Amino acid sequence: MGRTLAEKVWDAHVVRRAEGEPDLLYIDLHLIHEVTSPQAFDGLRATGRTVRRPDLTLATEDHNVPTLDIDKPIADPISRAQVDALRANCAEFGVPIRPLGDADQGIVHVVGPQLGLTQPGMTVVCGDSHTSTHGAFGALAFGIGTSEVEHVLATQTLPLKPFKTMAINIEGELPDDVTAKDLILAIIAEIGTGGGQGYVLEYRGPAIAGLSMEQRMTICNMSIEAGARAGMIAPDETTFEYLRGRERAPEDFDSAVDYWRTLTTDPDAVFDKEVTIDATSLSPFVTWGTNPGQGLPLSASVPAPEDFDDPSERAAAQKALAYMGLEAGTPLKDIAVDTVFLGSCTNGRIEDLRAAAEILRGRAVADTVTMLVVPGSVKVRLQAQEEGLDKVFEAAGAQWRNAGCSMCLAMNPDKLRPQERSASTSNRNFEGRQGPGGRTHLVSPQVAAATAVVGRLAAPSDLVEV
Amino acid sequence: MEKFTTHTGVAAPLRHSNVDTDQIIPAEYLKRITRTGYEDALFSAWRQDPEFVLNDPAYATASILVAGPDFGTGSSREHAVWALNDYGFRVVVSSRFADIFRGNAGKGGLVTAEVDQEVVEQLWAILDAQPGLEITVDLQDKQIRAGELTADFTIDEYVRWRLLEGLDDIGITLQHSDEIAAFEQERPGFLPTTA
Repeated sequence: MGRTLAEKVWDAHVVRRAEGEPDLLYIDLHLIHEVTSPQAFDGLRATGRTVRRPDLTLATEDHNVPTLDIDKPIADPISRAQVDALRANCAEFGVPIRPLGDADQGIVHVVGPQLGLTQPGMTVVCGDSHTSTHGAFGALAFGIGTSEVEHVLATQTLPLKPFKTMAINIEGELPDDVTAKDLILAIIAEIGTGGGQGYVLEYRGPAIAGLSMEQRMTICNMSIEAGARAGMIAPDETTFEYLRGRERAPEDFDSAVDYWRTLTTDPDAVFDKEVTIDATSLSPFVTWGTNPGQGLPLSASVPAPEDFDDPSERAAAQKALAYMGLEAGTPLKDIAVDTVFLGSCTNGRIEDLRAAAEILRGRAVADTVTMLVVPGSVKVRLQAQEEGLDKVFEAAGAQWRNAGCSMCLAMNPDKLRPQERSASTSNRNFEGRQGPGGRTHLVSPQVAAATAVVGRLAAPSDLVEV
Repeated sequence: MEKFTTHTGVAAPLRHSNVDTDQIIPAEYLKRITRTGYEDALFSAWRQDPEFVLNDPAYATASILVAGPDFGTGSSREHAVWALNDYGFRVVVSSRFADIFRGNAGKGGLVTAEVDQEVVEQLWAILDAQPGLEITVDLQDKQIRAGELTADFTIDEYVRWRLLEGLDDIGITLQHSDEIAAFEQERPGFLPTTA
């Protein structure tokens, strides 16, 4: 019987398989950052172990780093201590690091692909759930906890039970005003935040094949929000062209491509589950609640708890509406926001910045709105500046910041205040995610930009021509 | 790691679905570089509400949490497991656990006992009737015993074995270093390095 893409990549990395044990899987690339690694290095020290393959490990600083005054020491002493610990650990164990100030610093899931380190068929892990991003290249990429970080550092392997496989078949083409972000939000709303638990998702169909690599990364990034540890897209010409010429792309590129072309799901392979989504019926999508599955088309209204049959969904909706300060029946487009955040490992890449800048060109951010633009990496920031996008954002009244995770999870000074409401291109609308008491609506970069102009949740089509 | 065979303790009902790891421990607490001392961080936002279940004196010594479906969704932060451990929890009971959380719990010695939502509802009813009731989670027999109720739970067999034996994963893997080295010899030459 044929195999799925995920099964092919899995099988190619099995170091050891024995009855009654999980498979021992080899890890091709281990990305680390300051938040989930210090206790892992402590564990190595306590047991006298070393890092087996520092040459397959790369560190960067992203979660804690400020996006202003980056030439000064980090003001928050606890954040500074954590970043310092990463630097000291990398020095002690010989792990390459791209620290703050380095031309390759940035969000770990932006840095890996832009260096060409993420390639089809690889296994990629990181102590960060959004490692699923790298699946856009046809890699098997998933987030791990700190004990597993320590395990990979010490052995370059992980003991794992095989995942189940789920095909997400996207039928038809996406309408012009529908982005990858809208698509993934609609998928999560469809299958639910627990729908992907235990599965690797494979996104398939012409609408997926038509996406750029950056859009594919947006999709795979949020696989975890559907409960799946990993999401994958089969590599194709778009993938190969993205990788060609990148710093860490294979020297013998053609041999690599020959192998990469084999990384597709066989026609006779059977998925454990299949879900079909009609792309043609989609429109810009936003979340109204406090988990990423609580989303609706922007043209809809805030739902009522009684709209949900399932008792736990009804209770969750009631709790979410209270937290979000929303009344059932309010049109989503009537919801005013204080803050617009453009950035994160979901939507902090150059195409995201270009799309938002295109909408803001010649327009102004509403007086009632603060807009932060945080590039996903230093390279993205420099590229945007070369294209003059920073000038477009600043002319519109948005703030042009330095690279990092920033307000996606508010570990640095970029936070919502209690009851402040954001339209955010990030990935989680959990209670307090962007600051204690903050309220988050997840949106695409295009909706973020239009919302910044209008001051209420809005699509680009709601704007008057300039 | 300490062996886990059976545990009897006060069970607290947490009547929420989708208890994400940002609720279990907000990101602010993730700046610490230690592996212990997170008891103050557990559910820190919810604990500000006097009505929150863990603020009820009946559950002051709770060591078993009985939660709604999709417990531990979101971030991979193992700090969520450490915070539950540090607060005194040894077991979480739910009808569905997020994958990464479940894996982290297994590494940290926290038992994730998966039962049907119907059993969760029965446990909630028992605990509401007798706040502060001690229940037993038996990992050997994979059983929860609460008053008159006896219910089977599921947990990954390999994780169960490791918890029962108190074994360290890395130590087990390092016994296979030769196989890892042999695999490394066969890796394709075009794969990237970070050096």
